[in-house]
Amino acid sequence: MRRRPNYVAGAGSLVWLFLVGLPLYVMLAATLRTRQDYAENGPVSLPDTFTLDNYSRAFDSGFGQYFFNTLVVTACVIGIVLLLVPPLAYAIVRSRGRTTSAIFRLFLLGLAIPAQAVIVPMFYLISEAGLYDNLLGVILPTAAFCLPMSALILSGAMRDISPELYEAMAMDGASPRRMFFQLVLPLSRGGVSTIVVFSALQAWNGFLFPLVLTQSDSTKVVTLGLYNFQTAHGIDIPGLLGAVVLSMVPILLVYLFARRALVQGLMGVGGK
Amino acid sequence: MTTQITSARPAAGPRKGPRRRPAAPSATTVGRPGFAWALPAAVFFALFAIVPLIMVAVLSFMTWDGLSSPQFVGMDNWSRLADDPVMLKSIWLTLLLTVLGVVIQTPLSIVLGVWAAGHQRNRAVLSVIYFIPLLLSATAVSVLWRALLDPNFGIPAEATWLFGDGNLFGEQATAIGVLAFVSTWQFTPFHTLIYQGAARAVPRVLYQAAEIDGAGRYRQFFHITLPQLRNAMITSMILMIVGGLTTFETVLILTQGGPGTDTTISAYYMYDKAFRGFDYGTGSAIALALVVASTIISLIVVRVSGYDKMRSSMEGVS
Repeated sequence: MRRRPNYVAGAGSLVWLFLVGLPLYVMLAATLRTRQDYAENGPVSLPDTFTLDNYSRAFDSGFGQYFFNTLVVTACVIGIVLLLVPPLAYAIVRSRGRTTSAIFRLFLLGLAIPAQAVIVPMFYLISEAGLYDNLLGVILPTAAFCLPMSALILSGAMRDISPELYEAMAMDGASPRRMFFQLVLPLSRGGVSTIVVFSALQAWNGFLFPLVLTQSDSTKVVTLGLYNFQTAHGIDIPGLLGAVVLSMVPILLVYLFARRALVQGLMGVGGK
Repeated sequence: MTTQITSARPAAGPRKGPRRRPAAPSATTVGRPGFAWALPAAVFFALFAIVPLIMVAVLSFMTWDGLSSPQFVGMDNWSRLADDPVMLKSIWLTLLLTVLGVVIQTPLSIVLGVWAAGHQRNRAVLSVIYFIPLLLSATAVSVLWRALLDPNFGIPAEATWLFGDGNLFGEQATAIGVLAFVSTWQFTPFHTLIYQGAARAVPRVLYQAAEIDGAGRYRQFFHITLPQLRNAMITSMILMIVGGLTTFETVLILTQGGPGTDTTISAYYMYDKAFRGFDYGTGSAIALALVVASTIISLIVVRVSGYDKMRSSMEGVS
């Protein structure tokens, strides 16, 4: 179709490739060489040593525990979202009541609430509830802040279900409950997987809630571990970057196996 | 799609929100779920988002050190903030960084998005690499760049011809530059994705017609692609603005608000006041100001994108 190559866009994309590629190369190279090699030859040079020592050092500094904690938080957040959002989205799409409209508006408004805005009272509430420095204290607010975007994504997916199908079921005298389980849930699997990925990303990458609501090593999540590692061992750059790479691995795996759902989940992230 | 193509100015019409048809008069309430289905989620959300939001407003008129119980002090926090030079500076810095983000990232992500929208195989392969920054958390991105830009062991120490003494965190201008750069690195792929999707949705016929009329690539870009990307542009810019107002991790990890208070933006100042200075009242006041700004912008999003009218595009179609 296009006869001449598009030089401007091509050049722009090459510059971007360099900007993204160089840091990623430096990061990976730094984690696979010895600290001494890195310090002596600088970050951009070609590594002349090979070691996995940086990864084990990062792992030994507590990241095993942090990974486990993050996994618990992520799983529970996904659980809460899966329990609450499908019925909510179903009501938003199908209910004709005023109360449901009001609830939908509440969630639309909720899209505008940044976590930073409520972090002080959240700290107060969680402390009063005795959940400070407890993973549950991180899980509950994280899940709550996943709800508005998830509701929007899933109700969008549920709107694509043809009304004839509802009518056919209504004709058979099906209750809203049966329609939900036999029609709506099976037909909105794509939307459900998107909100799972979206919430998982929010939980996995969450930082502010854990930063403010936890304190001890036994409740630390990965992002917080990275931050602490940086403050404590800022000089040990290969070890630090090893920790960064470790923190990426699960998301990279999802990227390999469920790229579509991940990209859609990520598009949701922007609307936080 | 097909109706879009025939209309004279396709960008103006379509995305405004689906047409609303009059509801069918028949007994459509049969088999419809009641609001009870929405209730658990609403209660949960109210408890962890709406209640704290109300509390932040109340706390902004109180003094609280985290230990004793909060005391009502009226407008004290607000009047102190109004006279606080650091607060005023933080507002300017927040605005500056937000505007820098929009100005740098918008053209970049439009060019990249339109480029990536092509279906050539090499573009598909490169796109995979382009989007990698998206996979990293804000924390990981900040930690990564803090390490890469380390004054002693990072890239600047290698390239002194470019970076001078290599300490990019030592001066306000370079520190702001670092923050703007890292945000760009982190968020451009996301906005590229938005533009890529929008560029793919532009009807082919428009380009074919333009080609018949003898319009070159750049005229096609400025007269077809850009106007067609209008909605994507609005969405993306508003996300950039809201994201810019609430930037936090980047500042905490990269510059700690420094040198001095030279990169202390409002969200970071709020954290600093509340959780390091144990002045939770003042922190709440800053938070409330942030949420008001963010709400106003999001209401604009809801208006512009027509989310609020999106009851259902399928209801009543029979």
